[in-house]
Amino acid sequence: MDLRYTDEQVAFRGEVRAWLEANVPQKALPSFDTAEGFEAHREWERTLAQGNWGMVTWPEAFGGRGCDLLEWLIFEEEYYRAGAPLRVNQNGIFLLGPTLMEYGTEAQKARFIPAMAKGDEIWAQGWSEPNAGSDMAAIRCRAVKDGDDFVISGQKIWSTRAVYADWVFGLFRTDPDSERHHGLSKILVPLDAQGITVRPIPQLNGLPGFAEIFFDEVRVPAFNLLGGEGEGWRIAMATAGFERGLMLRSPARFQQAAKRLVELYRSRSNEVLDPTIEDAVLRCYMDAEAYALSTYQTASLLCAGGSIGPEASCNKIFWSELDLLIHETAMKLLGARAEIEPQTVQEFADLGTWLDGFMFAQSGPIYAGTNEIQRNIIAERMLGMPRK
Amino acid sequence: MDFTFTEDQQMFAEAARSVLTAEVTADRIRDRWSTPSGLDLPLLHQMQELGLPRMLVPESLGGLGLGQADFIMMAQTCGYVACPEPIAEQVMVTAPLLVDVLDRGLGHGAVQTALDALQGGALVATGHPINPFINFAEQAEWFLLGHGEGLYLLPASEVTMKPCKSVDPSRRIAEVSFEASDAHCLAKGESGAALWRSTLNRGALGTAAQLVGLAQAMIDQSVKYTTDREQFGKAVGANQAVKHLLADVAVQIEYAKPVIYRAAYTAAISPGRADFAVSHAKVAAARAALLATRHCIQVHGAMGYTWECDLQIWVKRAWALAREWGDEGFHKNRIHEWLLRPNALLGPDLTFGRGSITDTVAA
Repeated sequence: MDLRYTDEQVAFRGEVRAWLEANVPQKALPSFDTAEGFEAHREWERTLAQGNWGMVTWPEAFGGRGCDLLEWLIFEEEYYRAGAPLRVNQNGIFLLGPTLMEYGTEAQKARFIPAMAKGDEIWAQGWSEPNAGSDMAAIRCRAVKDGDDFVISGQKIWSTRAVYADWVFGLFRTDPDSERHHGLSKILVPLDAQGITVRPIPQLNGLPGFAEIFFDEVRVPAFNLLGGEGEGWRIAMATAGFERGLMLRSPARFQQAAKRLVELYRSRSNEVLDPTIEDAVLRCYMDAEAYALSTYQTASLLCAGGSIGPEASCNKIFWSELDLLIHETAMKLLGARAEIEPQTVQEFADLGTWLDGFMFAQSGPIYAGTNEIQRNIIAERMLGMPRK
Repeated sequence: MDFTFTEDQQMFAEAARSVLTAEVTADRIRDRWSTPSGLDLPLLHQMQELGLPRMLVPESLGGLGLGQADFIMMAQTCGYVACPEPIAEQVMVTAPLLVDVLDRGLGHGAVQTALDALQGGALVATGHPINPFINFAEQAEWFLLGHGEGLYLLPASEVTMKPCKSVDPSRRIAEVSFEASDAHCLAKGESGAALWRSTLNRGALGTAAQLVGLAQAMIDQSVKYTTDREQFGKAVGANQAVKHLLADVAVQIEYAKPVIYRAAYTAAISPGRADFAVSHAKVAAARAALLATRHCIQVHGAMGYTWECDLQIWVKRAWALAREWGDEGFHKNRIHEWLLRPNALLGPDLTFGRGSITDTVAA
């Protein structure tokens, strides 16, 4: 155990910091769930790619830097510290990318990874269906083999970023006689393909952050099949492992929010406050740091050749409930003014983006597998409690 | 940056775990409740033979020269088996305090005598002013006691004890008083205060490690009980409401452990950040353990409220240890002080301070 950064890691941090200081937009970008904001965020992805910062863990040949997970954590820390824009392509770089790296053919990697790294292709995800939410194995959307193509018919829902994205990855039933988690395959589909209809769904904040996707005999080449036919469930579980386990929500996001919460608390400490606030502020900072420490531990383990165990299911519960506590506490600190959706420069200066974050925090315990499902997984796979 | 334990550390921890889980059983813990001393003397002897009391003593003083991070998983195991003997405290608190005193050239010949006694398996008690009483005081041969900022070393014959009854039948606590005379004084003023400060952190850290061990043991017992116990034709543990109670505890344990390991590492090399790291560890561990007591009693149903159910051994230890070596109020106030000071180093890039020894000391 050595909790000091090496000289190389310190130098890497310095390089990241210097680049971000020179390149992060001075003014916050509009939300990526608007047409204008989406393109602004795509531009930011291109800027990142020009500096080879699109996804530092990827090999240099694919636009990355060949960094290990500890360097990735350092990059993320600097990224959030600098207040850089959110990653509009997070479905691609954090979820699909690692899966492509593990299960994709060389031709598939060459086709999809560089375009992803450059921001030329922004990805939506297509897991859920109207009757397959928490019960993802109930997926019915069909992909029928026809010569060298798959022909897809059915519907996906809650597809994050699908309104403006270029591609969607998802699970489809390639074996019509199969049930549950058998006979599913992971297929990549361009959202401009003939037969696709995207219907935006406004989220709690009024913006179309996700959508329904209707597939009416959509034809895609078999090249777009990722991994073997019928291997979709296993691959999706691997993706969900990355998503929940390490990459989707890096600790730095919450550490930066917790730091801002301490600052907000400090600025209001002369006011009459709800006496529970102090305890919550301390807890938020501690828990954000605990999440970081746990992630460093996992990253160290993976760097040393170990693997993630079932305890990774704890992550999603921990960060999503932490995010709620951070924003609920901020709302308490803002008092009655917490209701205001900031419009003016003065209001933004006064209220920040806490309300926006508070609304988004409501979704954390739901997406990527509800926290109730996570608790079942922890109880059954980590603790070994009976399934029935 | 490497946040993993070495193979040696894991092997040592595993060796201690196999001895402790074999030797410290619920039945034998209950046997201790009706003996005069409350101690399993052969166990203490076995631990001494394994070299435990000497672990954190430098080789120059006859010890093994290891550090807190080398012992921290064993402290967890002491909690996991609910070991009544104050092994973690002897190893992590008392021995290092005696070593500190010798390092600073303080005190007198009795310090070496007390350290030798400890390394030989005798109990040497540390009466930190933050704790109102001392566990197994009546069995101790020597006492390190506080008066103001002063640190005193006295043989058992020179102190007065007033036993109290602990909620935990495995604990034998007593208030200890003494006459603070220069003859027994090892350090005073700032020098004494500094010794007590680092002692407090070691005590809180060892207690935190025991608390997550206790919490894990309570979970394991509850998983077994709810798997075996059937109602409505199925195991009660198959019900989501029951699963979720235990999953909540598992999450808290999972996120307390790295905090404890960070504290074990930090307290040794970076005193500037030790207070924050240790208080965080103690708060997180106490939270996990107290949640475990509540949820694990609940999933045991009426059995959880009986004297017969062994769960009480772990529950009551957690109740006691959660407030020893600084209660929630004490540690949260230290964290508050750290976070709110004007030059606090906060943010995602500062999890490990500035990441080098000199910087973190300065911090």
